[in-house]
Amino acid sequence: MSTFAPSTIDLALRLDRQAPAVEARDLRKTFRRRDRKTSGRFARKRPWPALDDVTFTIARGECVTILGQNGSGKSTLVRLLSTLLISDGGTARVFGHDVDREASKIRRLVNRVSVEASFFKKMSPSENLSYAARFYGMTPHQTRTAIPEILNKVGFPPDRRGEAMENLSRGMQQKVALARALLTSPVLLLLDEPTTGLDPRSKLEVQEFIRDVRTEHDATILLCTHDMAEAEALSDRVGILDRGRLLFLEPVEDVKRRFNVETLEQAFFAATGREFVAEESDAEDDEYREVFG
Amino acid sequence: MSEFALETRNQLVGLFGIVERNVYLTKRYFLWDIAFMVWTIANTLTIVFIARAAHLPPARENALATALLVGATIWAFLGIIFEFMTETVAWERWEGTIEYTFMAPLSRLVHLFGQGAFAVLYGLIRATILFFAVAAFIGIHAPLANYPAALGLLALASLSFIGVGIMTSVLPLISPEKGAQLGFVCQGVMLVVSGVYYPVSVMPEWMQWIAKFSPATYALRGCRHSIILGTGMVWADVWPLLIIAVLATPIGLAVFKVGERHAKKHGKLKRSG
Repeated sequence: MSTFAPSTIDLALRLDRQAPAVEARDLRKTFRRRDRKTSGRFARKRPWPALDDVTFTIARGECVTILGQNGSGKSTLVRLLSTLLISDGGTARVFGHDVDREASKIRRLVNRVSVEASFFKKMSPSENLSYAARFYGMTPHQTRTAIPEILNKVGFPPDRRGEAMENLSRGMQQKVALARALLTSPVLLLLDEPTTGLDPRSKLEVQEFIRDVRTEHDATILLCTHDMAEAEALSDRVGILDRGRLLFLEPVEDVKRRFNVETLEQAFFAATGREFVAEESDAEDDEYREVFG
Repeated sequence: MSEFALETRNQLVGLFGIVERNVYLTKRYFLWDIAFMVWTIANTLTIVFIARAAHLPPARENALATALLVGATIWAFLGIIFEFMTETVAWERWEGTIEYTFMAPLSRLVHLFGQGAFAVLYGLIRATILFFAVAAFIGIHAPLANYPAALGLLALASLSFIGVGIMTSVLPLISPEKGAQLGFVCQGVMLVVSGVYYPVSVMPEWMQWIAKFSPATYALRGCRHSIILGTGMVWADVWPLLIIAVLATPIGLAVFKVGERHAKKHGKLKRSG
């Protein structure tokens, strides 16, 4: 760990140990979405609550999973905590810092892995990782050893480090995305469907890696997914986000007991009144339509 | 290390990261850059040949060709700066890295200035190649030319261009589809009032008044005088450039921050590819 983003480690040590990793109170975010019944230039837009009075706390070192279908608000929550969105109401604090007013303090502590492994496609994994690492104060001297080390750790083949990202499989790209997140030693890791679209083997490797990050790096993890087995395998607590509302956030066994069921999928059905459809498409579909549609 | 020293060090490393990334990308797109350079040279020739068609005495034809070449070179130079600045957002949105860059602990000033610094460096290299390639092709003679003074003026004007470029780089944040093109509209408007291929005095009075606020006016005039007449960096061109340079970056940054806040409020700070 010592070779990764030392300045971040320094800051992490100065964190308020009493403050929860994440604390959200009555968090609200509403987008305006085109009404599907009307069309054309003057199509009406109606408010669509992506997050509706969401309240929860994540303790330091905890791994929490938020389950929800596409458009349920999972990505909006991750983007709010990443300081990429401004809420319409309520508060969100990361290690005691307000996400709207103290964004610069939070940015050094947080990193994320999203469903799309977003990289400069013509650049190699090493070049992409260097680019990301510089933003966190890592010099070329530091990344010279840290990048091969982290790529080894995620099982990325050394002979492909110089290849353009566009030539790598999706599983390989997602490993580089994990490496990018860990390279900056985040104290809070936001994982937005990190295994969606991966083959079973890659999925297991990524899950194993998430376990390692937690144990070795003492990171707090917020995982958003629609993979029930993944949620059950990795999390201390599980919550269901349904149409912007967080229905509960409890240990898996408590959830099953609460609904008197044997699986999380049955619990989802009992909580929302709908079947769980594990869609493979972009979870931010609805938000995308809002902005570009 | 004190918190301030640590933060300053981290920001400088981040600035280096922006320049380094652009070096990587320039290497990867090098052949495309050559193709684009050929297009720019061809485009500039179409302008400079106008001097030949004017049927003037050789000395006046040479002066007109040089004046046109300076205009075309600065147009190309400014084009590079505006292209890089608007692509700060548009390119990252296309590649999908925009969210990672905007959630990183890099100050927006350093982020945008890093992009501008690379654009100036890259633009100066291209402008130099363009100028001498076209001058050689047409057979322009500039025996009095003071090239260091012209380069110095261009470098000074670049500080203002970066500031204006920062203002335009916000456009793709506000309009993901068309914002980048609007940056080129700004470039065209700035040059048309600055006397890109003609003296400012031929324009209507209201345009001449606007020209006073454009850094390109002083860059074009100063570069022309330095190359054709051999004058050095004249104070009358330097002081307006200094004032605009001091004002442009803070104004540009303030405009960008308003745009960034708007994008965050409306969920536009995200990938599109």
